[in-house]
Amino acid sequence: MHIAVPFFTVIFLVLIAYAGIEAAHLHVLFGIVIPYAAFTVFVLGFILRVRNWGRSPVPFRIPTTCGQQKSLPWIKASTVENPSSTFGVIVRMALEILFFRSLFRNLKTEMHEDRVVYGSAKWLWLAGLAFHWSFLIIVIRHFRFFLGDIPFVLEMVEGLDAFLQIGAPLLYTTDIIILGAVTYLFLRRVAIPQLKYISLAADYFPLFLIFGIALSGVLMRYFFKVHVVGVKTLTMGWLSLSPVIPENVGVIFYIHLFLISVLLAYFPFSKLMHVGGVFLSPTRNLINNNRMKRHVNPWDYPVHVHTYEEYEEEFRDKMKSVGLPVEKE
Amino acid sequence: MAKLPKPEELAKVDFKPPKTGWMDTPANLKPGTFCWGAKAKNLQVVDFPNARDWNPTEDDWKLPKEWEGTVLEAMADRLSKYRSFKLFLDICVRCGACADKCHFFIGTGDPKNMPVLRTELLRSVYKKYFTNSGKVLGKLGGARELTYDVLKEWWYYFYQCTECRRCSVFCPYGIDTAEITLMAREFMNLLGLNTDWISGPVSNCYTKGNHLGLEPHTITSSVEFFLDDIETITGIKVEPTFNRKGAEILFVTPSGDLFADPGTYTAMGYLMLFHELGLDYTWSTYASEGGNFGFFTSNEMAKRLHYKIYAEAKRLGVKYIIGGECGHMWRLIHQYLDTWHGPADFLEVPRSPVTGTVFENACSTKMVHVTEFTADLIKNGKLTLDPSRNDHLKLTYHDSCNTARGMGLLEEPRYVIRNVCNHFYEMPENTIREKTFCCGSGTGLNASENMELRMQGGLPRANAVKHVHEKYGVNMLANICAIDRATLKASMDYWVPAVGVTGVHELVGNAMVMTGEKERTQDLRLEPLPGEEGNE
Repeated sequence: MHIAVPFFTVIFLVLIAYAGIEAAHLHVLFGIVIPYAAFTVFVLGFILRVRNWGRSPVPFRIPTTCGQQKSLPWIKASTVENPSSTFGVIVRMALEILFFRSLFRNLKTEMHEDRVVYGSAKWLWLAGLAFHWSFLIIVIRHFRFFLGDIPFVLEMVEGLDAFLQIGAPLLYTTDIIILGAVTYLFLRRVAIPQLKYISLAADYFPLFLIFGIALSGVLMRYFFKVHVVGVKTLTMGWLSLSPVIPENVGVIFYIHLFLISVLLAYFPFSKLMHVGGVFLSPTRNLINNNRMKRHVNPWDYPVHVHTYEEYEEEFRDKMKSVGLPVEKE
Repeated sequence: MAKLPKPEELAKVDFKPPKTGWMDTPANLKPGTFCWGAKAKNLQVVDFPNARDWNPTEDDWKLPKEWEGTVLEAMADRLSKYRSFKLFLDICVRCGACADKCHFFIGTGDPKNMPVLRTELLRSVYKKYFTNSGKVLGKLGGARELTYDVLKEWWYYFYQCTECRRCSVFCPYGIDTAEITLMAREFMNLLGLNTDWISGPVSNCYTKGNHLGLEPHTITSSVEFFLDDIETITGIKVEPTFNRKGAEILFVTPSGDLFADPGTYTAMGYLMLFHELGLDYTWSTYASEGGNFGFFTSNEMAKRLHYKIYAEAKRLGVKYIIGGECGHMWRLIHQYLDTWHGPADFLEVPRSPVTGTVFENACSTKMVHVTEFTADLIKNGKLTLDPSRNDHLKLTYHDSCNTARGMGLLEEPRYVIRNVCNHFYEMPENTIREKTFCCGSGTGLNASENMELRMQGGLPRANAVKHVHEKYGVNMLANICAIDRATLKASMDYWVPAVGVTGVHELVGNAMVMTGEKERTQDLRLEPLPGEEGNE
């Protein structure tokens, strides 16, 4: 159920785009209206979601410390894993966001007879890193469609990505990596019993959808070879806010574009928002200077307490009997 | 009380998830794996809602009317107050990195003890009532209604989390299940679903100043016993003061160490150390608890209980505060106290009167951890130490969850240990420091009726101890937490019977050569020192 429904939803989405172009000729809808709408939903949704998180305060400073604190000067503090300065937090966050530091710690814990055994488990880290980085590079490569002159940096990225120098057009390694990584992330979800047990439709749907996007992109570049000049006419047209539908761009392009539109529109309402959320995570982005600098809780309120006077009132005789000093005789 | 299975039976953990999906598998409250319900009188003392006697094994939990509304209202409120809560409910991708990091999952094999699924128990309800996708997609979107069964499931599983934060070390977004458990327990607190083992100490702590309910004269007489033992061992008469105005330092420590061994030996260690230094300090019978079981019911209750520390420091006119060995006490002092009750501008930045060291790291809270204080003494050569007095011990050290992952107090206790003991061996690296395992009984789960769960949760820690026991002959487990001293003793007796439990300052008390002491033949447990065994 959790696998079948998202799988067939993605198939269905492909068919909608196919039918929409081939049978109904709705080029304007799929080439202009839906992409604009999806992009708007993505941008606004993303901003509103982050703003919504931002509206809830961080009442307590609760970093998860993963190394030695800064205390006595002769004890070496772990300045990144347990940051005591803004710079430390920046490095910690950069390592987390760019290299998935915490996931790199991953271990596999198993019971062998009556022993708990810890094994290395870097595959999730590697696949996660491969997936996200190839995704990012692919997005950057697509800037080609939105820029008049192609800057040197972009050409360099493309050149590096095509370093294998295979095929015509040249094969991008990230295309292979992303398909492999997504496949791995799917397979581990179904192969590991515990992971299958916790996986929801919301976990499979983005995997299928992104696989569909990558696959349609690969097909378009290497096999169906769509009319690239036509595509760029359209994409530049979006930017000038006066898009025109080009001639002779194959249906596979519209399928690719429609799946991307769905991804964009789905993004702000889904777990994919971890992209924005990780920046706000209070266990990672706060300085562990708790005893050095007071943190203020904006919604703090007075509470009922049991004062010393009430305490002494109740126990005065007992206190006096053992010679404890009291305020009132 | 449920019969505790034998260790070899309990170590056979079945990791196969049930055939039915987790939403269709209601919680089965197995005797031995949950705590008794709170008594009405203990809830009344602190004005907690729905005070009544109740029994979790009965079908009717005597919930207040409209309880669903109470929970959902509270959830909306906490979502607006805690970014952590809202964010962590929204951004989990269920990658599963946390799954096998939880001691309760490792010890029980129950998938609902995977941190991700524990949170999902609550996240599913959040989705149903607070997100569009959950409202529209329902079960397919991972959403479900808040029902009696769901509430019982919450109660069972959020009292199987010790807020140890080990999962948050491994989570790529730092999602901290403790933040979720804290909220879930707040919601259940509003319905009166507290446990007896937590609400009893909370009520005691509120009126009497400490969890055990020790009244002022009982505290002084407990300490008298320690003083007698110290005199027997060293020939020195130690004379601490209580509630003394004008002292330079207030000393606050968990009350557990005044009551039961091996914590009592740690308390003796403090008394001996401070005497030897001639420290101008005082104990307080009012601020006689550093720990805070209120934290396991609600943030507000925790704040109410921690009030007395600064209040007493102010009343007595001390300059700063030293805090004893305790785990969650230090999470709260480090991450909460200043926010709750600061600024402590009536105190001074702590400065050791012995070494002159200024503890800049505590310049705002004005509270120093006793191992920071002692490490500084040793580094400056202010203590005469004879570590051979601990030669009968082969030691390993257990990092408390809270001091490790909520502070990063890792090296200070180790430095002290290395200077007072000759035989120290670390447990495997994946089980110490920031990756340390909970004792299995934190956050008020250390009730005797909960023993089977405690032993299951304690398995990973005990297993690491067993490893160094077999490899190096380790026979003593040191720690800096009063709950550890109480619970690891039970866990060691069960899983690794040859290993004892000690606080770090007990070891200090043994090794420290005191001015004018007689030749020692006994350690703080009144057992013969190495080489003195024949002289009994």
